[in-house]
This record gives sequence, structure tokens and C-alpha cells, in this order.
Amino acid sequence: MSGLAAGIRLAMFDKKVVVLEKHSIPGGLNSYYQRRNFDKGGIRQFDVGLHALTNFIKKGEKGKPFSKLLKQLRLSYDDFKLCPQSYSKISFPNIELKFSNDFELLMSEVHEKFPGHIDQFVKLVEKVKDFNELDLNLNYSSSRETLKEIISDDLLIEMILCPLLIYGSAWEDDMDFAQFVIMFKSLYFEGFSRPEGGVRTIISLLMKKLEEVGGEVRFKTAVSEILTDSDGTAIGVNAGGEEILAPVILSSIGYPETVKITPKLEVKPRVGAMTFLESIFVFDKKLPQDQVDSTIVFYNDSLKYNYRPAKNYFDGGSAVVCFPDNYEASKTSGEGTVRITYMANYEQWASLPRSQYDEMKSQVSDSAQALLKKLAPEFDGKLLFQDIFSPTTIERYTWHMNGTVYGSIDKTRDGRTPVKNLFIIGTDQGFLGIVGSMLSGISMANLHGLMNEI
Amino acid sequence: MDVRQIVIDIISDIAPDEDVTSLDDTKSLREQLDLDSMDFLDIVMELRKRHKVEVPQEDYPKLATLESCVSYLTPKFAVA
Repeated sequence: MSGLAAGIRLAMFDKKVVVLEKHSIPGGLNSYYQRRNFDKGGIRQFDVGLHALTNFIKKGEKGKPFSKLLKQLRLSYDDFKLCPQSYSKISFPNIELKFSNDFELLMSEVHEKFPGHIDQFVKLVEKVKDFNELDLNLNYSSSRETLKEIISDDLLIEMILCPLLIYGSAWEDDMDFAQFVIMFKSLYFEGFSRPEGGVRTIISLLMKKLEEVGGEVRFKTAVSEILTDSDGTAIGVNAGGEEILAPVILSSIGYPETVKITPKLEVKPRVGAMTFLESIFVFDKKLPQDQVDSTIVFYNDSLKYNYRPAKNYFDGGSAVVCFPDNYEASKTSGEGTVRITYMANYEQWASLPRSQYDEMKSQVSDSAQALLKKLAPEFDGKLLFQDIFSPTTIERYTWHMNGTVYGSIDKTRDGRTPVKNLFIIGTDQGFLGIVGSMLSGISMANLHGLMNEI
Repeated sequence: MDVRQIVIDIISDIAPDEDVTSLDDTKSLREQLDLDSMDFLDIVMELRKRHKVEVPQEDYPKLATLESCVSYLTPKFAVA
């Protein structure tokens, strides 16, 4: 999506643009796929990565990341068909914190459940409000350390960090404070929604706009090499067997992945460790509202949130459970869908022989269904369909090494690489998620394609 | 060439929700409208695209008010 957004910005101002996509559908880490519906005929469509679109705003709100995105891409709010969440909750042993698109809910939850620490929480909120997270020159600082300076209750820190880490950290256990601020604002101040029709709605919107402004996309056209001249400056790419010369190259495949295809790029950005398993279940009926009315549950069965690769294929004690039917005004079929995400371990999954791979997926499915039973004990829906994708599935389809969903731990912040004219956009530039990746494409296209004159 | 109107037209296209009808020419545009640096970039890009007028990066501050836009851009339009 960062590539499509960048392409739109450049083509809009009459730059000649071609977006090169390895697969047959666009979207990368946030694409979609289809499976035949054998029960009712037709197809079921699934989003690869989308639990939620963060950065929710109401129509007409200004000065927020999503409104900037709309202006920059000249898209209208209504085109996105956003269905807001009902609410989400952070569910630790014997304690829950709810949050919604109204920040007051989280405030009152903290007030109620951590009464002695509400002043500290307010102090954190003020610090977040005053912080300039978009400064591209900031140095890394630990969120955990910063939080410990402000909040003296460890459990409160763990619970606040939980959704922010799993929805946006490439680092194990901790995150850069600038990233913490971005995520805090995106999830807690702003909130979640889901476009009617899922991620495909967004992708179609971007494709249509790109075409309108005169940009070109080539599918099934993987870039096999980034070409450089004798000075080591990027001059073009080798893609689909053809040499395409260009004065500016924006790569959204990831930083380590870009290094792999650029002989003159001699840096070693580290492949991230965070990868996940996603299970999707479709039942013959929806989960009843009186049993499950939340949109997303961040579940953790211990008081400490361990955001790191699973020790044993998947960490069944910690999960993100998404009920996409609980986005407001969702027009869905009579079926009920549940998505459950676990932290995984790439090396273990990559070394499983085929026979054991399927057996392990079966264990994931059992664990996920057991968790669902815990959250909705009276639900008696019949399972019609399930799909589980592992770190190796993610790697195969997105080409991100080790199936890292949040990319490298070495972000490029301003997109620059040591190779002149070659820039990184998307996850490894540093803005994560769907809104993040589009803003990344926009900012990098602005900075390197429009402002710095070619 | 009504440079003032040209700038206002561009702003209305970039920020359609903004009220451009009662702007104070001497006050900063950012104070009166919700325009950030990305929007200013777009003003510059539209000037180039629609009118072939170039504004180098170091001159961006000259577009701070409608009045300064007009005095800075008018000579550029004369040669464009």
C-alpha cells in the first residue's frame, strides 16, 4: 500500500510512475485472498492482515493522520466506508481495561481499575500529547524505561503496552518511544474501524486513483535486481526480465529484502524477530451480542506481557482475538467470523517437515478454538471453514524474510539508504499498519520524488 | 493575472473543507486554515503543474501569507 500511495502522489504531479508488484494482486502485507465457499457457493474473501484500521476519525475531523492521508491522495472520507469498532478490551488475569474510539472510556477504566495511578496515567497522556513523534531526526529511546519513570504500577504498564506492541512493534518486548506515541495516538486517542468490504475496498480505491492520475502498475513483475552505476548510484531495476531505468526508486519490500537485491548496498539491517500465526474461523452463525460484544480482545494469561517469538511454535497464552462482525453497521452474511493471532517462531515453523507442519497447524486450531470457547462459552456455532497461516505462509506470499510482519528492527526513518536515489518506504521506513504504510508512501514520495528536484 | 485568486483556487482544491472566503491577506495562512507542511508542498506542486511556476524549497516561507504570496509570485507569473 505504501507503493500505491507513493505512486499516486508522484503521478498526480505528472511524474512518470510504474509500480512493480510481484504478485497478481496488490496489497503486500495487507492484501486479501479468496476461497471457494463449498457450503453456499460463491467465494469467501479474507483480509491477510487486517484486524483493524487504526487512526479512526469521524467525517470532517481535521489535523489527524487519516485526514492528511485523504487530502494528500485526494480521496473522500466516504469512499473508505468505515465501520467503527464497538469497543476493544485488554484482558489480563482477573482484570480488563476497555477502550474505544472515545478516549474517555480508557480514562474511566484506568480510573476505576487503577485508582491510585490515574494521576500518573494523566501525566503519561500529557507527555504523549506534547511529543513530536514525526520528527525524523529523533534518537531511539526505550518505551518501557520512559513508562517506568511515570507509572509505578507494573501491571498497568504491561496492559497499556500490550495492544501497542502487538499492533506495531518490530522490536521484542519494547518499542521506540516515538513509535509508542504514534501507536498510543492511533489506537487509544483515535481508535479502530474496518472498511465495509475489508482491505479490498482500500486497495480498489488506491488502484482506481492511481489509474486516474496516470500511474501504471505491473503485476507478476518482481524486481530481481536494483541496478547501480559505477558510482554506486541507483539507476534502475531489473524487473520481469526487463531493465527499467529511473532517477528515483522507492522500495516497499523491506530493508533487508532490498539489500538482498542490491549488490552495491552493503549494509546489514537486521531481520525482525516478530512473526505471527493467524487463524480464521467461519461459523454458520454470528456470535451473539450478549456473549461477545467487543470488536477486539487482547488476551494475555499472565501478568507480564511477553512480546517475543514463541518458545514452542506458538504462544497459546497470549492472543489477539478479532470479531469483525462487531464493527458497527457491518453488512455481513449470516456467517460469523473470528480471527485469532498468536505470536510464533519462524525458525521452528520453517524447519518442520510437511507432515508435521499440518499437525502443528491442527494444534494451533485446537488452541484457538479452546480460547474462543473460553471467551464465548455458550456459542454453539458450527465451524464451516478455517484457514491458518504461519510465518512461512507470510514469507511465501509477502517475501518478507522470516515472515516478519513489522519488518526490520533497523528502520530508515527518512527513507534514505547509502545508495543514492534508492529509498525505503513502508514498514521499514518506520510507519506501520495500513494508515502508516500509506502515509509512508506519501511522505517519502513527497520528500524524495517531489521536493528534492530530480 | 489574478495571482491572489490563483492561490485561493489552489488552496480550495487542496483543502476543500476550508473556508477561503474571508481570509485576511496579512495574517499567516496556517493560522487561518488547517494547512500543514504537506499542504504547502501541494500548493507549490500545483503552481508548477498548472502554471509552470517554480518555487524552490528555500522560498517556501515566502508563501506564508496571501499578501506575501502575491508579491513573491507575481514576477514569476510574468515570466512563466
